[in-house]
Amino acid sequence: MSDDSMGDARPTPLLEMRGITKRFGAVTALDHVDLLLYPGEVLGIVGDNGAGKSTLMKVLSGLHSASDGELHFDGRRVELHSPKDAQDIGIEMVYQDLSLAGNLPIHENIYLGREPGKKRIGFTIVDHKLSRKMAMEHLDRLHITVKSVDQKVEELSGGQQQAVAIARSTAFDARVVIMDEPTASLAIKEVGKVLDLIKRLRENGTSVILISHRMDDVFFVCDRIMALFHGRNFEESAIRETSRNEVIGWIMGTKGHTEALAHDRL
Amino acid sequence: MTASDRPVEDGLDRAEDAPESRTARRMRMVDKYGVFAVVVLMMIVLTILAPDIFPTVQNLTNILRQIAMNALLALGLYIVIMTAGIDLSVGSIMALATMLLAMADTSGLIWPLALLVGPLIGIGCGLVNGFGVTVLRLPHPFIMTLGTLFTLRGVTNLVSNGRPVSGVSREVRFLGSGEIPVPFLGEFGSIPVSAVVLLVCYGGVGYFISKVSLGRHIVAVGGNPQAARVSGINVDRVLMITYALSGFFAGLAGLMLAGRTGAGFPNAGIGAELDAIAAVIIGGASFFGGRGTVYGVFAGVLVMGLLRNGLNLLDVSAFWQQTLIGMIVVGAVYVDVLRRKAGSNA
Repeated sequence: MSDDSMGDARPTPLLEMRGITKRFGAVTALDHVDLLLYPGEVLGIVGDNGAGKSTLMKVLSGLHSASDGELHFDGRRVELHSPKDAQDIGIEMVYQDLSLAGNLPIHENIYLGREPGKKRIGFTIVDHKLSRKMAMEHLDRLHITVKSVDQKVEELSGGQQQAVAIARSTAFDARVVIMDEPTASLAIKEVGKVLDLIKRLRENGTSVILISHRMDDVFFVCDRIMALFHGRNFEESAIRETSRNEVIGWIMGTKGHTEALAHDRL
Repeated sequence: MTASDRPVEDGLDRAEDAPESRTARRMRMVDKYGVFAVVVLMMIVLTILAPDIFPTVQNLTNILRQIAMNALLALGLYIVIMTAGIDLSVGSIMALATMLLAMADTSGLIWPLALLVGPLIGIGCGLVNGFGVTVLRLPHPFIMTLGTLFTLRGVTNLVSNGRPVSGVSREVRFLGSGEIPVPFLGEFGSIPVSAVVLLVCYGGVGYFISKVSLGRHIVAVGGNPQAARVSGINVDRVLMITYALSGFFAGLAGLMLAGRTGAGFPNAGIGAELDAIAAVIIGGASFFGGRGTVYGVFAGVLVMGLLRNGLNLLDVSAFWQQTLIGMIVVGAVYVDVLRRKAGSNA
């Protein structure tokens, strides 16, 4: 393993996925994939469509269960059977489609499924006032500005919706936030705000896994990068030890890529 | 320099702060208050057209008596439609509940237990619907509840041999036909117990949907089931409870019906599900889920009740009732379409 020598010099990983395999019927989407994530780092995951990035992240967020493989979090082996299991240990995911309820206001989206309020015979009597106040404070902490936390999410721009989705993922002391193509559907003006938000999460000590097709984003915010190809680990590197063209080569399944060749292929 | 050409530093923020277009605002008002305006308008028109009959205490409380059944079925359907589902079986559930509770009551079951038969049958049937939607994963609730519409009607006929069962006891009939005398309302002044039942049920559901976590989860499932799922909400559990609630209210409607008629009729409530769906839609709930209020639904029920009452008072053929209700349903949904269009242009 080429990355072993590097791993020794680093602190203990917060998260370790070992030999993750996922089959959908006869199709093997993930074939013994390994992943390490250190505290407070931004890890970029790249790969072509169908390389298994999203599937790997859905396994990590508890939406899919792995056919095979182990997951270690904070030194303990864990099994995730639902998004709730993942959330309970501090792993949150911002989905590509954002997965917000457009008909609900911002503050309810942030606390959906974990509403503040009094518990009564298994139900929560939702304290909407507290929910609004908590949402405002949380958005302030992340430097996200909205007109009102009572605005329905469907009335927001793409970038604002993304910000709400990120706010939701960090509302409960998340230790790992997974983001699947957070900038893919944004206006160029809004991309910078989202990337700044990712940096702010790192400053707060949260680890971030970023799936992105956009090399600019990856090289702007990531500390380390890992490439998947056809559902397998292909290559990984610290961001400062690689280049865009090399990474583009990894995405296409070639190593030792030259600039000229990258141009030809693209 | 007018306000609109003032320099803007950040194009991003401008789009968000732009005032809502006039059409969008107008549509929002129509959407929010339109159905209430229709109720008031109908009452004014009926008062003018039938001043001696319509605005009397007796007639107005009669409308409350007449709408009770549809109001309860519509309340259950409202919850289902909030999740973007549908329950076509409520009329059949009501018939089965009425029949079984009439049979239980007339065969000597003590009345406090006989009272429970209707709602419990309703919950049971609702859970069967929920099972089809969540466990069997039938492609749309339409299919499952269409199936139970037929099946439960068949079961009702099977258990009763297609014959009515009469002789429901006075205690069991109380909720459906009891009256609370109110002296200051005059000679015919009394409030039907069924109206109190409606008040409690609508108030309860309104509180549940807006304040209780499970109620908010129902709204969230209607808005985006995927969002609910990844937020850790057990969507299947929410749907199970949704259909059980719809069944419960259908069973309760059955209890009211047994109260009014004193009997179980195997053909009771044929087509009642369509009336209830119409009321919910007229009341402004969206078929796409996640939108609608209990006030709107009650107003929708009132629109249908006033229409029936008014046309009866004015001696207009019942055929016109159907014609008009159909047109109102289309009109109400067209308002929703306009609102969405205005909303997306804003």
